[in-house]
Amino acid sequence: MVIRQKPVDVVLVGFGWTGAIMAQQLCDAGFNVLALERSASQTTPDNFATTFDQDELRYMWRHHLFQNVKYSTLTFRNNPMQQALPMRHLGSFLPGTGVGGAGVHWNGQIWRFLPADFQLKSHNEKRYGKQATNGLTIQDWPVSYDELEPHYTQFDLVCGTSGKAGNLKGAIQPGGNPFEGMRSQEYPTPPLPMTYAPAMFAKVAAALGHHPFPHPAGNLSKPYTNPYGAQLGACTFCGFCEKFGCGNYAKASPQTTLIPYIMQKSNFELRTECEVLKVEKTPDGKTATGVTYIDSSGVQHFQPASIVVLTAYQFHNVHLLLLSGIGKPYNSQTGEGVVGKNYCYQTMSSVEVFFEDKILNPFIGAGALASVIDDFNGDNFDHSGLGFIGGAYIAALVTGARPIEMTRVPKEAGKWGLAWKKAAAKYFLRSFSISVHGSSYAQANNCLDLDPTYRDQFGRPMLRMTFDFPDNDIKMAKYCTDRATDVAKAMGASSVTPKAQKAPYSIVPYQTTHNVGGTMMGDSPNTSVVNKYSQSWDVSNVFVTGAGLFPQNAGYNPTATLAALAFMSAQAIKTDYRKAPGPLVHA
Amino acid sequence: MSPKSPSKFDRRSVLTLGAALGSSAVALAHDGMLGAPGQDISGTLPWREGETDAPDAAPTGGWTFFTGAEAAFITSAVDRLIPADPTGPSGSEAGVPEFIDRQLAGGYGQGEHFYLNGPWAKGEETQGYQSRLTPAQFYRHAIAEIEQYVGNANQGKAFKDLDAHTQDALLKQMESGTLKLKGSVDSKTFFTMFLQNVKEGYFSDPIYGGNKNGNAWAMIGFPGAHYDYSPWVTAYNRRLPVKTVGLLGRRGWTRG
Amino acid sequence: MSAPGRTYTAKHWIGPGIIAVLLLLAVIALISWLWSAAHQPKIVEPTPAPLALLDRQIPDGPNAVLLRRGRYLVIAGDCVSCHTREGGKPFNGGLGLNTPFGTIYSPDITGNTQTGIGGSNNDQFFSALHDGVAADGTHLYPAFPYPHFNKVSRADSDAILAYLKTVPGSPYTPPPNALPFPLNLRLSAAGWHMLFFHDHGFSPDPQKSAAWNRGAYLVEGLGHCSACHTPKNTFGAEEHSQAFRGAKLDNWFAPDLTGNPQAGLGKWTAAEIVEFLKTGRNVHTDAAGSMAEVVAYSTSQMSDADLNAIATYLKTIPPSPATNPKAPDANAMQAGGAVYFDSCTACHHDRGQGSPRLFPPLAGSAVAQQNDATSLIHFILAGGRAAPTPTRPSAPSMPSFAWKLTDQEIADVATYVRNSWGNKASPVTARQVVGLRKALKLHKSLPQKDRAAQIDDGGHSRG
Repeated sequence: MVIRQKPVDVVLVGFGWTGAIMAQQLCDAGFNVLALERSASQTTPDNFATTFDQDELRYMWRHHLFQNVKYSTLTFRNNPMQQALPMRHLGSFLPGTGVGGAGVHWNGQIWRFLPADFQLKSHNEKRYGKQATNGLTIQDWPVSYDELEPHYTQFDLVCGTSGKAGNLKGAIQPGGNPFEGMRSQEYPTPPLPMTYAPAMFAKVAAALGHHPFPHPAGNLSKPYTNPYGAQLGACTFCGFCEKFGCGNYAKASPQTTLIPYIMQKSNFELRTECEVLKVEKTPDGKTATGVTYIDSSGVQHFQPASIVVLTAYQFHNVHLLLLSGIGKPYNSQTGEGVVGKNYCYQTMSSVEVFFEDKILNPFIGAGALASVIDDFNGDNFDHSGLGFIGGAYIAALVTGARPIEMTRVPKEAGKWGLAWKKAAAKYFLRSFSISVHGSSYAQANNCLDLDPTYRDQFGRPMLRMTFDFPDNDIKMAKYCTDRATDVAKAMGASSVTPKAQKAPYSIVPYQTTHNVGGTMMGDSPNTSVVNKYSQSWDVSNVFVTGAGLFPQNAGYNPTATLAALAFMSAQAIKTDYRKAPGPLVHA
Repeated sequence: MSPKSPSKFDRRSVLTLGAALGSSAVALAHDGMLGAPGQDISGTLPWREGETDAPDAAPTGGWTFFTGAEAAFITSAVDRLIPADPTGPSGSEAGVPEFIDRQLAGGYGQGEHFYLNGPWAKGEETQGYQSRLTPAQFYRHAIAEIEQYVGNANQGKAFKDLDAHTQDALLKQMESGTLKLKGSVDSKTFFTMFLQNVKEGYFSDPIYGGNKNGNAWAMIGFPGAHYDYSPWVTAYNRRLPVKTVGLLGRRGWTRG
Repeated sequence: MSAPGRTYTAKHWIGPGIIAVLLLLAVIALISWLWSAAHQPKIVEPTPAPLALLDRQIPDGPNAVLLRRGRYLVIAGDCVSCHTREGGKPFNGGLGLNTPFGTIYSPDITGNTQTGIGGSNNDQFFSALHDGVAADGTHLYPAFPYPHFNKVSRADSDAILAYLKTVPGSPYTPPPNALPFPLNLRLSAAGWHMLFFHDHGFSPDPQKSAAWNRGAYLVEGLGHCSACHTPKNTFGAEEHSQAFRGAKLDNWFAPDLTGNPQAGLGKWTAAEIVEFLKTGRNVHTDAAGSMAEVVAYSTSQMSDADLNAIATYLKTIPPSPATNPKAPDANAMQAGGAVYFDSCTACHHDRGQGSPRLFPPLAGSAVAQQNDATSLIHFILAGGRAAPTPTRPSAPSMPSFAWKLTDQEIADVATYVRNSWGNKASPVTARQVVGLRKALKLHKSLPQKDRAAQIDDGGHSRG
């Protein structure tokens, strides 16, 4: 039996960052909006209160706020020659679940991509020749930085981002990132103060001729009230951001920035414990009629809607398109199709830095507390003769020092035994890690499709991931990690351990939850899943948000960019689409 | 349906209240778990005084999962991974064996966050854990197979009766995966899980039964569950006047 | 066999007479207690869902002015709080007002004619509102604050009824009041009415400004502020000599609203009072506890002019006398300070400065320094959530500490907060915490506390 629900104007599939942005924008424009969330409501005092939030075991290692693979997982292999097997335990990436999604347990790193990142293929081929992109299936974006800038600013205003502009309306500003695209206004709040390690890093990096600046942070330097009246507090540097919720309202999240405002709207409703199984279409397949979902008691419902927006995590958006027959699935053998193509990640490297005589107190941290240099990111440096394109930001990032994960020892101390113990006791306060946060570019084998063997709890084929790091990215990682090592050594460290990313990619150790691509945007239905307004080429009343839209990943955290794209999409829905429902870009 | 008052602080009773409370119940279920109460929510996200998703503390007392022989193996192995010396507590002094025992008896050991359905294949190392066993079952198999190996090679002795040097050598073989066991257990997979659990027991909050008295935190200089470091962000190169505290407090909270 | 004859004299009547009078007084006292204890509904989340109804546009038409005025007055009286059950439609009634003697359920006041007020005429409604007498002549339980609504003008009463008649609602009959004999007799309500109800109405003071008079009309009438904020005598009648000096109610302490600079509104400017009522926040505090609902459903929806009038009136209430509290025990201050340092600074910061309009400052806090610490203990035990309002939709919340802190630790941290940074108020005992923990049906703190508390205060000396 399928229960037919009362029709709505817009149904949102998932209620994290982009669901909240869509709800706010579309409710304000007068649409009746329903958000379907597969898991439960989550609030600060109930789920990540200051009374118990600083619990590394429960949140990080026992996955208290993460997607539970017991109920929802995917299969993985490095290449098409292998058999994909289920991810039986979370590791490499940590998608969220419940209201707020991964926006609850993110670090709050709020980056804009570089202008050249949006013309990645044409820019690099122009500068370095066609062969520079050999072996990669990278594409230009259908939007430019300048088009997206107002929406980046919208997101900064929502979050109250703390930082220092480096390029204000074209004028380079001292103390900011001189490589960034122009900003139409200064950050809403000033940068976070720096602890010892990032302060030292900035000093040394500047002496080496680099251009250090404070990391843009969603962990706020001072209390802030956003344009929707939502209030955030000042960060108290507890060091429990990533993998944890924020107990004292200091981290921008859907809960702290938009949900309080949305919930007061009489044209908004949130329905939790409802997992969407499929987007339903008219017989000609050109129009979505709504979604089918299953509630917590196992009853199926049909939710009619004029507009369907997939606002779930990237994997689930790709999965739903494949299961619903929207867009042509990508086949890595033939190169045909688009849905699931250009799955990319983030090429994460690091350099561990040890001192004999400096107390760094690394437990004083915040998710985006860092001094950064962007001198080796994107195309901010000359790649001639290097044999790769792309790059990484290099950051003395002190997110805290949760001791199970972050008790560092010099390599020679090993991983256990007396030498390890003595080194742990000595270096916990005297070490930190430099993050080398690299780009991830597409290659033909890397993709997402439906698994032929494994089925999920609803009997649907699981999503299958095929991924390994392209040679290009491994070379980039080596080069940028070497540059980070140069800075580390110049800091007077007694011991330095570079950890450049290596192939093959392993799904076991935690790296980052930056899974991108698969529903990429572009200029043509032959090369992309959605147009620049995130609208499906095939079913024009289906919109898709999230990092799946990226044709490939830049050397930055994805949240601000996916948020800006959601604002841009919402803008198009409430103006042009409302006036004339149908394709916003003609193929 | 339980007729209990929903205002009680009792997470379990709230979970069993189900849909009877309709839109006003706080659903403290997680992880896309089916069977949690669905809700239509408008106005504001639900909140109810006295309720919060506080952690469950590990029970005190004797072994809850391990047999005496298993506990002996774990205790001696834990003390090779983190040996006794004046730097700080050994693994067993910190309560790591008790911690692992409680974890294996609880949700973690029962595979609460593991996908264990078939079909099963060995897979590549990059594909991670591929056993059909829960962590608790895996430990049980692994300890039995290791002790069998040890007994065969050492005239029937148990791991705990070996000298430290021999114990270390065995652990190194497990770490590298060169120790080939007779049954289904891959020694490297076990060692990886075991070492991870040992570090968890050593450094997690004392509420879970390990890190006794916060001594492992004190050894490295981690203040624990303190929340506000804003007065010391720019206090460079010096120790802070912040005392080690657990989720349930420290001695200073009690009147002297 | 016949009983020996007895002669009854006046002397013989005295005993039973005294008993009868005492019994009557006891019943009245119970009723009074019931009123004072039951008046405010148990705090649940201040869901502004009813605001969707109160926000709905009233279309232009012949009655529009009357209906808009009626709706505004319904907001000013916060009718929706008591007349909406959890999960029910606004004004549909059925909220159980819990008392130790049983439960009184609010009636349906939507416009339907079966169970609502759709069939009432203006006279009947005025009689109920103004005198507490129902259409059938029975007396209403004083859980309905008609002694305050007595000040509402006839024109306002008519407007309220006109609006309520437009409120949609299907017929709903609340469960019968679960009251034991003799409280279940409406006659006992009549007795209370006879003894304690005075039909004063409202008469403006010509010596005072129009704003002051408007404020008095709202505060003393529809707003029924003193129903919570004024202590009651043994028989539950408000102690007029103690007006607005704060009162204990349903496990809260409704704070002092007089000009007392420490516990009252003495340090608040009129503008700050207005901001508090409108947004639920000001530099001094956040509206939480029972007041969160009042702000969410009522005062945040009122006009600036009326809020100014209320502030004008409140600022003229003379200060309650200063108290001279006992000094706290040094051990309690030390232990409480340790709990505070580890558990409270995340939001209230190291010197109790808080984060104004988000996390209430504790230094100088009136809530923290009430003579009766019930509300402070209540917040620590059960947590609290600030009212979400249209201007400040966030609902910053304090989490519950019941699972984490022992009764003694809660007592000591409360004592510390009441006696630090210039604060001065009586110490809190563990017994007070035990009582409130029980009344709020909260579990004890985790038994593992004993072991965890062994974490040595030596700190990290070796690392």
